[in-house]
Formats: sequence, C-alpha cells, structure tokens
Amino acid sequence: MAGRDDLLALLLRIGDDHLILGHRLSEWCGHAPMLEEDLALPNMALDLIGTARMCYGYAAEIEGDGRSEDDYAFLRDGTDFRHILMVERPNGDFAFTILRQFLFAAYMHPVWDGLTGSTDARLADHAGKAVKEMAYHVRHSGEWVIRLGDGTEESARRMMAALDELAPYIGEMFESDETAQRLVTAGLLADPDAVRATFDGTVSRTFAMAKLPSLDVTAGISGGRTGRHGEVLGHLLAEMQFMQRAYPGQTW
Amino acid sequence: MVVAPRMDPEIDTNIDRDDGLAAVRHIAESVPDPELVVVTVGDLGIIRDLRRDGASVEIDVTPTYSACPATLAIELAIETAVAAAGYEARVRRVLAPAWTTDWITPAGRAKLKDAGIAPPLRRAGSEVDDDAYFARPQVACPRCDSLDTTELSAFGATACKAQYRCLSCREPFDYFKCL
Repeated sequence: MAGRDDLLALLLRIGDDHLILGHRLSEWCGHAPMLEEDLALPNMALDLIGTARMCYGYAAEIEGDGRSEDDYAFLRDGTDFRHILMVERPNGDFAFTILRQFLFAAYMHPVWDGLTGSTDARLADHAGKAVKEMAYHVRHSGEWVIRLGDGTEESARRMMAALDELAPYIGEMFESDETAQRLVTAGLLADPDAVRATFDGTVSRTFAMAKLPSLDVTAGISGGRTGRHGEVLGHLLAEMQFMQRAYPGQTW
Repeated sequence: MVVAPRMDPEIDTNIDRDDGLAAVRHIAESVPDPELVVVTVGDLGIIRDLRRDGASVEIDVTPTYSACPATLAIELAIETAVAAAGYEARVRRVLAPAWTTDWITPAGRAKLKDAGIAPPLRRAGSEVDDDAYFARPQVACPRCDSLDTTELSAFGATACKAQYRCLSCREPFDYFKCL
C-alpha cells in the first residue's frame, strides 16, 4: 500500500520537475530570439510554476508542520530536491531549450492524462487542467523541433547537437523504484508502460517530421529522484532562493 | 475600440434581502474580470455553485488556467463585492470539473467580440484537432468577420490568449484560446 510518505514523495517529484524547469524557462524572459518566443517561454513557465504551487501547497497540508508552498521552493537545499536532472540543465541555445521542453511535455502529457484517473482526488482534479496545458506545450515545442530539425543546415546542426546533449537524460524519466511501484499499485500514478508508449509515439512522429534520427533511450545519467544533482543546481538555487535566504520571511 | 458596458457591482445592493442566494449570485457574477474587464466572472462561467453555510454563503469558483495570476484577484474581488452589499460570503476554489471555454456565456462571447477579442471556438463537438502540428482553428476576425486570418503568436498578453492577424482588413487581434 502506498502511504503518506509515498504521496509526499510523488508531490515533490512532480512539483520539483515543474518548478525547476519553470525557473529555467523564466531565465529566457527578455532574451528569447524573437518576441513571440519571449511571450511563449514565460507563459509555459507560468503553467509549470502553477503546477508546482499545487504540489507544494498539497504537500504542506499533508505534512502539517506550518510550512507553506514558498518554504518548499525557497528554503530547501539542493539535496532535498527530487527533480530529474534534465530540467536543471542550463538553457544552452534555443534549440536545446525547445527540445528539452518538447521531451518534458511529451513525457508529462501522458503522466497527467493518467493522473486524471488517480485515486487521489486532488491530483486527479489538477490533472484535468494540466493535461490541457501540456498538450499546448507539446504542440508549441514540437512545431519548433520540426522547424529547426527540418530547417537550415545551421538549425539542423543545432537541433542534432541538442539531441546528443539531452539523450543521456531521457532514461531517468522512466526509471522506477519501490515508491513509484507502490503508487502505481495503489492507483495514484499511471501505468509507466502506457506513459512510455505514448511518449515514444509522440517522439517518433515528431522526429520523423523533423528529419531527426529515431530516439534510442538507454540508461544514462540519473540520481535526481534521490537528490543527487549537478553543480548547476546550486547556481540555479543561489539565484532563485536569494531573496528568502538574504531576507528571511520577506513578503511583498 | 468599442467596449461593452461594464456591470458595476455597486448597482446590485438594493436587491431584496429575502432572496439572499440569488442576490449574492447576481452580485458575484457581476464582478468584472481584472485582466479582461469587458467581461464579468459570470460571463466567463467560472462561478460554479453557491450554497448557504450557516449565516454566510459559500461560492464555488473555478480558475481558468492553473497558474492564472488573476485567480486570487478574482476571488478577492468577489468576496469584496459581496461583502460590500452586506452579505457574508466565502469563495471556495474548485478544480474539477476543469474549466472550459465552452462555459463562456453567449453574452460573454458577444462582449469579447465587441472588444476586439475573437471568442474561443467551441470545443465540444468540434472536429478540429487543435493539438495537431501546424493545424490552426479557423478564427473569424472580430472586426470584419473574415475567416482569412493567421496566427502571429501562440501566446499572448495573458495565458488565455493567442495573437492573430486578419489578412482581409490587416488588423491584428487577440484570440481567446479554446480550452
């Protein structure tokens, strides 16, 4: 049986994935290659941070130790975060950012779709909204993967380089452990095989249109789910958490 | 730009107190959306239910997008408007069933169009797969009704809008995305 600790673990995994990727996307604000993307990237970041807020708010209620959603975001250290390593990678160029966004959305869309039927009502309710948002992210980022992959020599080169760099991080999305298995058995989390099948379908359909080679997911770099992160997370948190660390309890 | 008249919550304060629930509903539904002030929250269809809870009234409100920054502002505006009319009310945030643009009322759709915002296409019964790559719904220009329009940006000034341009009258306009 999945217990309280399993549900908390799930909320932190989903919440941290969304918060950290949302923060990375927000770094593009004011720097995107074109105005439309300067609107798109922070808008997608907003969706992701909205989901993180739901997860942290729910986790805070379960823990009931007086912490708020902000404490989870701003007062945890790097080793307490449970996101997959892909989302903390530095943004690189636009090709890297958009391919990472596509891979994440292609993975989360079936996860949320499955969560609409979760035995946990709070997660199921939120999933009804998140699944629609993820479908929009898949479409937006997938179209860019196709434009760049099947674009100019330069854009195709950059998309290939992004794929080479991201490939080792894809396997971690589909790793399972005892916590995940208990959550699946209890009906809180979707069947990972079904998620994987949908992900594979979305990726192969998109990569074919983008003239990218088919994806070969093998075991790669992992450790994020147990709090083993890259040095880059420290730099990210230093910026994201600065205000609350420097001025504890500061509000506006 | 033609802007539809905006319902003022102040005008509803003289409603017969005996019919409290209907009056509270009317006041709550008349609150303008803080980011799209031409429509009220009633027009958007986000007030899902009201019920008596002792001396006060509980109002179920559903957010449009999960991270819509206006969510809290809307909830506070509803509570403030209802309190200003002398009622005690509390907003309860409900997530399910998830809001869909199909819940925007015909009056709300007309107000959006008058303000130069193309109302969302209907999701229910639609044959169009909005999620397919490079497929876009055929959006009518809110100014000249031409269907010869093109998407400029998939994201706009608020989470709920995309930017389009009419190729007939050449005017750019906002499209309220179908959700």
